[in-house]
Amino acid sequence: MADEPLLKVQAVQTFYGNIRALDGVDVHVNRGEIVSLIGANGAGKSTLMMTICGSPQARHGSIIFDGEDITQQPTHLIARRRIAQSPEGRRIFPRMTVYENLQMGAGLDNLRYFKEDVEKIFTLFPRLKERQSQRGGTLSGGEQQMLSIGRALMARPKLLLLDEPSLGLAPLIVKGIFEAIKKLNKEEGLTVFLVEQNAFAALRLSDRAYVMVNGKVTMTGSGKALLANPEVRAAYLEGGRH
Amino acid sequence: MEYFVQQLANGLTLGSIYGLIAIGYTMVYGIIGMINFAHGDIFMLGAFAALIVFLILTSFFAGIPVALALLVMLIIAMLMTSLWNWTIERVAYRPLRGSFRLAPLITAIGMSIVLSNFIQVTQGPRNKPIPALVTDVYHFGDITISLKQIIIIALTAVLLTIFWYVVNKTPLGRAQRATEQDRKMAALLGVDVDRTISITFIMGAALAAVAGTMYLMYYGVATFNDGFIPGVKAFTAAVLGGIGSLPGAVLGGLLIGLIESLWSAYFTIAYKDVATFALLAFVLIFKPTGILGRPEVEKV
Ligand SMILES: Nc1ncnc2c1ncn2[C@@H]1O[C@H](COP(=O)(O)OP(=O)(O)OP(=O)(O)O)[C@@H](O)[C@H]1O
Ligand SMILES: [Mg+2]
Repeated sequence: MADEPLLKVQAVQTFYGNIRALDGVDVHVNRGEIVSLIGANGAGKSTLMMTICGSPQARHGSIIFDGEDITQQPTHLIARRRIAQSPEGRRIFPRMTVYENLQMGAGLDNLRYFKEDVEKIFTLFPRLKERQSQRGGTLSGGEQQMLSIGRALMARPKLLLLDEPSLGLAPLIVKGIFEAIKKLNKEEGLTVFLVEQNAFAALRLSDRAYVMVNGKVTMTGSGKALLANPEVRAAYLEGGRH
Repeated sequence: MEYFVQQLANGLTLGSIYGLIAIGYTMVYGIIGMINFAHGDIFMLGAFAALIVFLILTSFFAGIPVALALLVMLIIAMLMTSLWNWTIERVAYRPLRGSFRLAPLITAIGMSIVLSNFIQVTQGPRNKPIPALVTDVYHFGDITISLKQIIIIALTAVLLTIFWYVVNKTPLGRAQRATEQDRKMAALLGVDVDRTISITFIMGAALAAVAGTMYLMYYGVATFNDGFIPGVKAFTAAVLGGIGSLPGAVLGGLLIGLIESLWSAYFTIAYKDVATFALLAFVLIFKPTGILGRPEVEKV
């Protein structure tokens, strides 16, 4: 059981109407790992993140989480198994305050651990504490990103899915977020699966990584190996790094 | 002056009833973006459920205290309409979710016709009167305020307070607002969206049942097509106040109640609906989102 991967995605195909966005994806994430997924725009990275959460559901293949087949489960039941996602576009509730957005994150436990957890989030992102009674829709892009990640963490996830956590954030904040992820991973054994455009930072952070092209995984290896791989360097790193 | 205050009291009573119905329109619109045209008929069903309960009570338990009778009428009417509205959502609206926008609207109009015809067939097309339940009146100088007016206004105030609390301060209310603002994200956080929508229909129906029972108590009669005019008025109230806004629905209801009674008092009663809709047109020209409708300023 302990050797089983926490998340196992096998031969998954996902369609939008007749368009096949995922074309037989195999990916796994072990307990306690940080795994990243890189790839060009439109490769299907966000689709994979959302398919894991059952929205949309995979049409073929299977998704096993924590030993259970969740392929056909509705999204809210998948969430209740402690898969939390900070999705593409952040999806902050615009007419709820920052505080209420965080409460929404802690809904699974009926706010049982809310007080202690929210303090952790506020330590991680002091900006959110200052803004706690401001409405989500009026936050800056970067603040929304912090809130989105904070809200996902409030669920006490077994698996944290992050879709481009660095998008729109100042380099210093990105550094802070990546350090925070690393710290949560080291100290609390949080398992993380993340999509990143900032491939350099993602690969350095990750134990392993996957490269996705046109709905297929084309390469996989340790973060270090991919960083050194000339193809990866040419496609995703050189020129991509400022 | 006394006359004015008198009309104010009448207007507030009527407005409370409109407001209670309007909340159901506005909440359902908020959460699934659909005008539930059958909601007026849910109100009418509430009045009929109360009427039937009243007839049963008075024939089997003659001499039952009025307060107790009203309470039983209220509770059973609320349960019945909740069940109805829940069922309607389940069988008629949910399967159409995600289909084209007009589909649920057309279905709702169909449901409205089904409900009023159902009552017409089973209860007959004529007015169904009941004896006056609450007859006490109080005199303040030249102003006469009846106990039933006080009951209606007070009950509305209490219900709205409870409602406000539920929507703004409880996990259920948060789930409702989250579903309203981003259904997919709510599901990603573990909210059972279908269940939340069902509960919203139930809450709207329960308030409509209270309105129906109060309407029956106030006017002492119910008819199968009672859903139509009060339904349209309440819908107007919701739009006037800003559809999607809870305080807006109440405010809209009160405004329309006041306009109707003041207009009827000082001008010709025949044109009271014209006055109401003129106000609606006027407000929408200057503030298309309604009085308390949310201005779209958020970046999403
Ligand atoms: N709701 C949708 N309906 C139809 N097609 C979609 C939908 N969402 C995504 N797609 C298509 O599926 C493909 C994969 O999209 P996806 O969002 O997963 O890419 P991505 O790898 O996350 O890209 P990016 O780096 O730009 O975020 C794209 O071709 C996209 O146009
Ligand atoms: Mg994406």
